[in-house]
Formats: sequence, C-alpha cells, structure tokens
Amino acid sequence: MSRHSPTRRSPLLAIYAALVFAFIYLPLAVLILYSFNRDGVGGFPPLHLTLDWYRQLFADEPIWDSVLNSLLVAGGAVALSLTLGLLAALALDRASFPGKALFRRLVLLPLILPGIITGLSLLMLVVLSGLHLSLLTVLLGHGTALISVATTELFAGLQKTDRAQEEASLDLGATPWQTFWRITLPNLKLSLVAAGLLIFTLSMDEIAVTFFLIGRDNTLPLEIWGRLRRGITPEINAVSTLIFAVSVALIVIWYRIRMRSIGAEAKQLLQRP
Amino acid sequence: MSSAAIPQAPLAGADAPLLEVRAVAKRFGAREVLKNISVNIAAGEFLTLLGESGSGKTTLLRLIAGFEEPTTGEIWMSSERLDTLPPHQRRVNTVFQNYALFPHLSVRDNVAYGLRVQGAPKKEIPSRVNEALAMVKMTEFAGARPSLLSGGQQQRVALARALVNRPQLLLLDEPLSALDANLRKQMQGELKALQREIGITFLFVTHDQEEAMALSDRIALVRDGALEQVASPREIYARPATAYTAQFIGQTNLLRGEIQRSIATCGVLRWPVEEPDGPVLFSLRPETIRLCADGKRQTHEVKFRGVVRQQIYGGSSELLEVDSGDGQLLRVRLPACGPLAGELDFVFSIADAIRVLD
Repeated sequence: MSRHSPTRRSPLLAIYAALVFAFIYLPLAVLILYSFNRDGVGGFPPLHLTLDWYRQLFADEPIWDSVLNSLLVAGGAVALSLTLGLLAALALDRASFPGKALFRRLVLLPLILPGIITGLSLLMLVVLSGLHLSLLTVLLGHGTALISVATTELFAGLQKTDRAQEEASLDLGATPWQTFWRITLPNLKLSLVAAGLLIFTLSMDEIAVTFFLIGRDNTLPLEIWGRLRRGITPEINAVSTLIFAVSVALIVIWYRIRMRSIGAEAKQLLQRP
Repeated sequence: MSSAAIPQAPLAGADAPLLEVRAVAKRFGAREVLKNISVNIAAGEFLTLLGESGSGKTTLLRLIAGFEEPTTGEIWMSSERLDTLPPHQRRVNTVFQNYALFPHLSVRDNVAYGLRVQGAPKKEIPSRVNEALAMVKMTEFAGARPSLLSGGQQQRVALARALVNRPQLLLLDEPLSALDANLRKQMQGELKALQREIGITFLFVTHDQEEAMALSDRIALVRDGALEQVASPREIYARPATAYTAQFIGQTNLLRGEIQRSIATCGVLRWPVEEPDGPVLFSLRPETIRLCADGKRQTHEVKFRGVVRQQIYGGSSELLEVDSGDGQLLRVRLPACGPLAGELDFVFSIADAIRVLD
C-alpha cells in the first residue's frame, strides 16, 4: 500500500484538527505541568520543577481520607449496581411479563435524569426513611443511580451470548443454578468488567447526587470542590494528575481485556472456511 | 376428558420401546408446528427424523430434550414419563447443530462438564473423559480451546461431551450440516460405526435424504408437522406410501391415471391391476425402467415406445428423459450405455409401479 494518500488534504484541516486537540488536551497538560511547578499556579512560565506538591499531598490526611471514602463508595456502588443490574438485564433478556416495555424504560430512566433530580429525590427518600446522611447513603445513591448503566451493558452482553450453550449445559445435567454460575456468568465476564470499570469511574467523580446525600465524610470530588472555594492550590493539581494517571491505567486494562477476547473471536473467524 | 384418556403405564419388558412419543402436538401461538405425532424408538435403534426445514423435526427433538413442552400429548422413556421432567433430569443428551461448545473451557473441561455438574466421583472423571476423547480420536486436543478447532474437530468434541454421560438416548440435531461434503461423508461413516460399537440409541435429525438413507435403521419422514411415513430406508424407498415420500426420497415418475374394470390406464400405458375402479397415482422409479432391445415383453411387464428427449451422463449411469407419446416425460435411469437417440422400446415390471396416495 502506498504511504501517500491519493488525495491531498488541505493544511487547513490539519490546523483545525490540531486546534481541537489543543482545546481538549491543553488544559490537561497545563494541569499536569503546574503540579510540578515550584512557583504554584501563578508562576508562568514554570521555571523550577519540583515534587514538593506531591510531598505535601501525601502528607495531607484529609485528602487521603476522602480518597478512601471515594474508593469505598465506588466499590460498593459497583457491587450494588452490578448485582441489581444483572437481575434486571436477565429479566429483560429472558422473561416475558406484563409491563416489560415500561419496566425497561423505568430502569433506563436514571441515565437521562439530571443528577440534581436524582439527588434531590434520593435525599427526600432518605429523610423520609429516617436514615442519617453518611457514606452509606452516598453508596446507596450511586448504586441505584448507576443500575441503568449496569443494566444496559449487561443486557447487551446477554444479547450476544449463545443461548444454545445454556441449553447444552442443562442437557448435560446441570441445574439452572449451576448453569448460571458455570456458563452464563463466565460468558458475561467481559461485560461485567466493562460495566464495573465504567460505574467505578462514574462514581469516583460524581458530584451532583453525592452533594445531596453526603454526611460528614467527604468524597474526593467534594473535598477538591471544597478546597477550590479557598483558591486553586498546586496540591489540587497534583491529586488531579494522579486521578488522571489512574483513569488512563484503568482504560488500558479494560482495552487489553477487550482486545484479548476480540483476538479469540478473530482467530475463530479465521478458522472458518 | 373422557375416561378412555386415562394415562396407562406401559408394560415394562425387554421388547418395550425405549422412547414413546404419544400423540404429541406443539403450538407456538397460532402456529401448529407439530400435529399429533406418535412414534416409538427401540433400544439401540438409529432413527432419523427427515424433513424439509420448518417441517417441525427440530421441535420434536427439543421436546424430547426438554427445551420445549408439548402442548398436548406425552413422551415416555423406559416406562417413565419424560415430558414432565426438567432437561437436566433426563437421561438424554444432545449434539447441537452448531455444537454449542463452551468457549471458556478447554476440550477436556468441556467433556468433563456433564460428569462434574452431576457430581461423578472425582477419581472417575479423568479416565471417563479420556475414554470419550479416545472414542472420537480427539485425545491430542484435550488441552485446546474449542475456538482453535476446525468444524469437524468441534463436532467430535460435541459428540464426546454428550456421550461421556452414557445417555440412554442421544439426540443429534443436523450435526453434519456445517461440514463440507467430503468431511460429511467421512463423519457419516464414523458416526454409524460409533453407534454400532457403543449401542446407544440415536435420534438423528437431518434434511439430507441421502444422509438419512446411509445412516438409519428407520427413517421417519416429517412433513408440515406430521409423520408422512416411518419405515426402513429400503422399504421407504421401494414402497413409498405417498407421492410426497416418493419424490422426497430419491427420484421418481408419478403416473396419474384411472382404474376401470381392473385395468390401470396412465396415458398410453395400460396394465392389469387387482384394485377397485377410480382415479389412481403410481410411483415408478427411473431405474426400474429398462431398454427392451428385442422388442418382446414378459407377461408381467409393460412395454412402451418412447422418444429420447434428453440424456444426462452420470458416470456409472445415464438419466434419460423419454417422451412416451402422450406428452408425459418419463425419467429412465440406465447403466452407462453410450449415446442413445430416436424411438426406442422400454419395459418395466408391473410390480415396480407402486400405488401411492396423493
């Protein structure tokens, strides 16, 4: 194949593309750069690079408490929404019952509801039920609000699975329960991981719902938000850089898992005449 | 329900059938897929359900496996009611059309699956898995993932996986249809040999009449959800009960005519019969018609003069299309004989004209 494309592209297009990418990534680059800048946010151009802000960050206990809180909430939200989402997806995929279309829309509704509405209504529910606002209420809020994400991902996964495999399992003497654990769930592994990562990320940076349901313990986004009201510090830049790095790592892991499964499918395709 | 319909337990005995399908019907909504099917399968038999796609043969298989419930009727196996049991409690195993191997398990674990979920003794599992893999000559692939195997290899694994449970009845849903022609022929031979060797009853579904003829002890021809005829391959070919059977299995000439005073008349062809008067339909296989070189016929034969319209060379045989003079084209299969042309005399034996239902 020729390395030159047959049609010459306008240089304007290249400039336009560069501008778009700059618009998306320049702020990120600035954020990362300033986290290493000795003179803080105000000092431009950054002349002296330093790890001081990271040292300060690692000694900052409230930040780490909030990171831990966020991890707890996100982990719990993943477990809760995957469990309930899987049940909803199974119902949508396999069962036929009156009001199924309505059920489907109701399950998917939180995807498009503004966070403020979800947060406010959950707050009213919590108050009515007499619960104290705490990390648990945040966890329940995230978990229920993200069921729709889990349901969509897992439903798509179930639609792709070959039902004959479950029939083969039953045929070989496995009970429906054994079939679920040994065949259905392993087939859904990829969808479960993908949905889990997505929900984890969404929960980690959720603000609107959290804002209504938070008690005394802050999550990381709320901690950052609270500090920003006292001015931007390079320490915030440092923590944001770390979040960015973790997010990229998660995406790479997810991508690798996905490529491995696609690789197997591609091999299978090549085998066929 | 009338008192006559009280279910009766069949007598247990050596000659009791392994599987009894009793007046089974299946409807999906308004669509009647199976209509009042009754058929018995003897232990050790190779029975084939033969039919066009959409005839309901796979549905019958799924009813026996337990993936569908009959709308009416009952299925019994070894003198026990089968159709009320869930699939995992039936001593029936299935080889699926696209094999349905578990992609996340190795070949060995696929085969061991049935033993593991049924809680077979741990010590027994490896030897039974190896035995099953050896039976289908797949021992060397035990560690491979199914996705890395060819179609024929996957088919063998599916067979081993179903046989390792030692079912009383093995259901095979068009297991060879995904294979190319040469491999299919080879697998047919192996399948038949395997069935003889292990003595398990096979219920085989196919739309390929040659495959059905080659493999089966008996063929059950399914048409539009009903059984057209159940008979051995030889009998169903030599004595088809209906015009549909005669045309579906092999090639035939259908002769439409009339019987009057014990003489059947089909166009220019006339011969004596011992049947009552009325309209009639005969099936006459192309290979039962011969050239009559000397122009003489025996008393039990029918002679006619025909013009060869077309001749198709088929290696060991020739297929002629012969115009018998009344506009009807008769197909005639002769041993390879070189080019023929013009008007020739043909004969067939009266006994080879089989009366069939429309």
